[in-house]
Amino acid sequence: MTLSKRLLIFVPYAWLLALFLVPFFIVVKIALSDYAISIPPYTPTFDLSAGWAGFVDFLSKLDLENFVFLAEDDLYWKTFLSSLQIAVIATLLTLLVGFPFAYAIAQAPSEWRPSLVLLVILPFWTSFLIRVYALIGILSNEGFLNQFLMWTGLISEPLAILNTDIAVYIGIVYAYLPFMVLPIYATLDKLDGSLLEAAQDLGCTRFQAFWSVTIHLAKPGVIAGCFLVFIPTLGEFVIPSLLGGARTLMIGKVLWEEFFSNRDWPVASAVAVILLLILIVPIVLFQRSEQRLREQNQ
Amino acid sequence: MSNNTPFAPWNDEAAVPLIQFDGVSKKYGDFLAIDNIDLKIYPREFFALLGPSGCGKTTLMRMLAGFEEASAGKITIDNKDMAGIPPNKRAVNMMFQSYALFPHLNVVDNLAFGLKRSRMAKSEIDGRVEEMLRLVQLQKFAKRKPHQLSGGQRQRVALARALAKAPKLLLLDEPLGALDKKLREETQFELMDIQEKTGTTFVIVTHDQEEAMTVASRIAVMDHGKLVQIDTPDRVYENPNSIYVAGFIGDVNIIEGRVSHLAGEEAQLCWAEGTSDIRGMAGPKIQKGEEAAFAVRPEKVALSVQEPIERNNRVAGRVEDIAYLGNMSTYYVRLENGNLIKSQVANDRRISRRSVTWNDQVWLSWSDTAGIVLPSGGNPS
Amino acid sequence: MRKTSWFNVVSLTTGFAFLYIPIIILVIFSFNKSKLVTVWAGFSTKWYGELLSNEAFLDAAWVTLRVGLWSSTIATVLGTMAALVMVRGGRFFGRTLFTGMIYAPLVMPEVITGLSLLLLFIAIGLDRGATTIVLAHATFSMCYVSVVVSSRLSTFDQSLEEAALDLGCTAFDAFKSVTLPIIAPAVASGWLLAFTLSLDDLVIASFTAGPSSTTLPIKIYSSVRLGVSPEINALSSIIIGLVTIGVLTASIASKRAIRRQQIEERRAIG
Repeated sequence: MTLSKRLLIFVPYAWLLALFLVPFFIVVKIALSDYAISIPPYTPTFDLSAGWAGFVDFLSKLDLENFVFLAEDDLYWKTFLSSLQIAVIATLLTLLVGFPFAYAIAQAPSEWRPSLVLLVILPFWTSFLIRVYALIGILSNEGFLNQFLMWTGLISEPLAILNTDIAVYIGIVYAYLPFMVLPIYATLDKLDGSLLEAAQDLGCTRFQAFWSVTIHLAKPGVIAGCFLVFIPTLGEFVIPSLLGGARTLMIGKVLWEEFFSNRDWPVASAVAVILLLILIVPIVLFQRSEQRLREQNQ
Repeated sequence: MSNNTPFAPWNDEAAVPLIQFDGVSKKYGDFLAIDNIDLKIYPREFFALLGPSGCGKTTLMRMLAGFEEASAGKITIDNKDMAGIPPNKRAVNMMFQSYALFPHLNVVDNLAFGLKRSRMAKSEIDGRVEEMLRLVQLQKFAKRKPHQLSGGQRQRVALARALAKAPKLLLLDEPLGALDKKLREETQFELMDIQEKTGTTFVIVTHDQEEAMTVASRIAVMDHGKLVQIDTPDRVYENPNSIYVAGFIGDVNIIEGRVSHLAGEEAQLCWAEGTSDIRGMAGPKIQKGEEAAFAVRPEKVALSVQEPIERNNRVAGRVEDIAYLGNMSTYYVRLENGNLIKSQVANDRRISRRSVTWNDQVWLSWSDTAGIVLPSGGNPS
Repeated sequence: MRKTSWFNVVSLTTGFAFLYIPIIILVIFSFNKSKLVTVWAGFSTKWYGELLSNEAFLDAAWVTLRVGLWSSTIATVLGTMAALVMVRGGRFFGRTLFTGMIYAPLVMPEVITGLSLLLLFIAIGLDRGATTIVLAHATFSMCYVSVVVSSRLSTFDQSLEEAALDLGCTAFDAFKSVTLPIIAPAVASGWLLAFTLSLDDLVIASFTAGPSSTTLPIKIYSSVRLGVSPEINALSSIIIGLVTIGVLTASIASKRAIRRQQIEERRAIG
């Protein structure tokens, strides 16, 4: 291997080791430490000058206490469960909105399609925070949704949407819709129209053809879209923090509060470790399904 | 070729080869891509490496360019060992199958690309580029980018770019593969013309046997990493040394049997009960009493209604199929023992005048020297 | 088969209405005379004026811009290198770990990335400020850059580079004069992506920022916690406008270039 190639590998590798992997181990380490009123607010701290004995001493002081605490306090149980619940429901809602949307784009005249896709991508580029902020003006008590509903006479009193779980669901669907639409559109766009014609030729009704051909072939896109929404939603902070209420429990928000408000770094780190452990399952599943797809395409 | 002796340095003991492979092998993991090859290529040759895809011909070429290192053996160019010498330090240039024209540079900049990296004065570069443009007749397209050129024009830019540095050796990887048939035929002659004008040694990789036959001074037929036969086009066609080569170059009829007589250049093959033995030329490595195969080209097999008693090699059969190709027709004749033999007949008369048609009983015949008896096995893949 | 049915029209209209109405309303009410962002009281640009005289916002904008430029540039360099390693690196020790570290940050919750980096900076005693945000942003956006660039590299005809070597280039020269100019559009869009990610990021910046280095998202978040205000609408509108113009220009320019190339190709063949 030439020197320049070694350098090419070394620089990004070292960067990622130092700023991605090492910090991650620090989180694990602090999750095993104890809370202390000091700077930094945890103990033990690793003392380099004490050498090997210091290291052994340091190791012996690490324990699973924080995890035991998390397991015993039902706040955290509820948080993890409610995060999972919100992520699952929100993902299904996004699919419900996203599939017809993606289908309609794929059915649009071919000269329109690139522009329609661009219109779906565009919000993805504009600030996430700003888009969530924009929803506040829509969902608040005197917001436009309530104004509109009252104007139509459907309701006489404003509905309390903002600061509830419903607002969180709306926020997730709104913010993550492009992640659902694009992969589904990508599979539908490749769908050969003659397949549907063949299905109808072989005796299917239009609906049967849609059901047995389109839905089936769109499955990889649907799966990808669901993972792309589910995974980031699980650790989401901005949406529950701005749109959710005090009773909206999501891991990201709890971790943030544990860290910034309670300044309990060991517990915040333990929450982070558990969040990661929960995430590993969908991430591995997602990787597998992507891998299978790649192999099929070859 | 200023004197009258034909260009054949490979027959000249005193000739010094430009390229020499000595026991060269190349392994990728467990896969043996090149299997112990010895080969000499002489200056000014137009040498073709011919074989099906995966036979190792491209690997052999890439070793000359310096993109692959030999796992064993020695490659010398101009008497210099090439081991460890990177592509940019070799007086060898390559014309890529995809042409590999730099899409962000126009024709002139593509042509000047290599020259700029060879400490040449600016004015000299301009002169050389001009010369190259003239050589491939692309003066009018000097300022165009590759995507603004047709396939044939791109092919010529690629050729000119590879020739610009006046390499000792030019490697051409399927140079005409992307062109349609008609353009390909025209370009073959252009290539030969340019090769002769520049006096550069060309090594061409191709899977198209017609192309190799047209352009090359010698052809090396490859199979599974081995050189099966190295010879001039006519000898490869007329005197293949194996059924593999006979089948890869052109069309061939194969009749299997046993060698019943072998004397010098003559051989006879016993092939079916109740028929006289086939007479043919003796190929290499056959032995009396051993199994062998007789190979004869369809165009050397005559077709007649009456029995041609003047010929030793004659067999009767029934016309099973006729492929009309315009200038000629191929008759598929089923012999009594079940063999299917092709006979190619020039259509020098209009179709309605021809007398032989489906299911007719006919005679096939060929001269004693038309075919060759070869060791059996190694059927064309 | 592709027909415009009423169902598709309804889906499209609803979908785009859902995506765009909140943003459009936000922009409209940035021009509202009243302090309320839900009741229209007449046109005015006073909130933009106020925004431009608000020192805190201007400072934050300046920090954000600096952080964005630095981090996206570092991320582009590192990400392009990482893409080259992934596509061209062949086998080397720890390749799986390397690939894992490129993809992991893409699915890593921001709270974890932010927390872990903050703990690192504290552990090594690095004072938090703009520098630490730059380091953090460069780390996660380099992964996005490397995904964008490596997808371009994997369709790159490698014989172009070989041709350059064959014509006398060194490996570095071949990269500089052939590969880089050709993959430049992908590198540029990687940069743009990294820049907008940095511009956008609230969570990681909140963890890694020091007291003197508030970025715009942090500033927006803390004011939004106190309630909606037309000033934030104005700021948001400016950001949305800039990003939209940037993305549209880039995508139209690239589409034009592709179209022109297609037309020229057709002409060359015909």
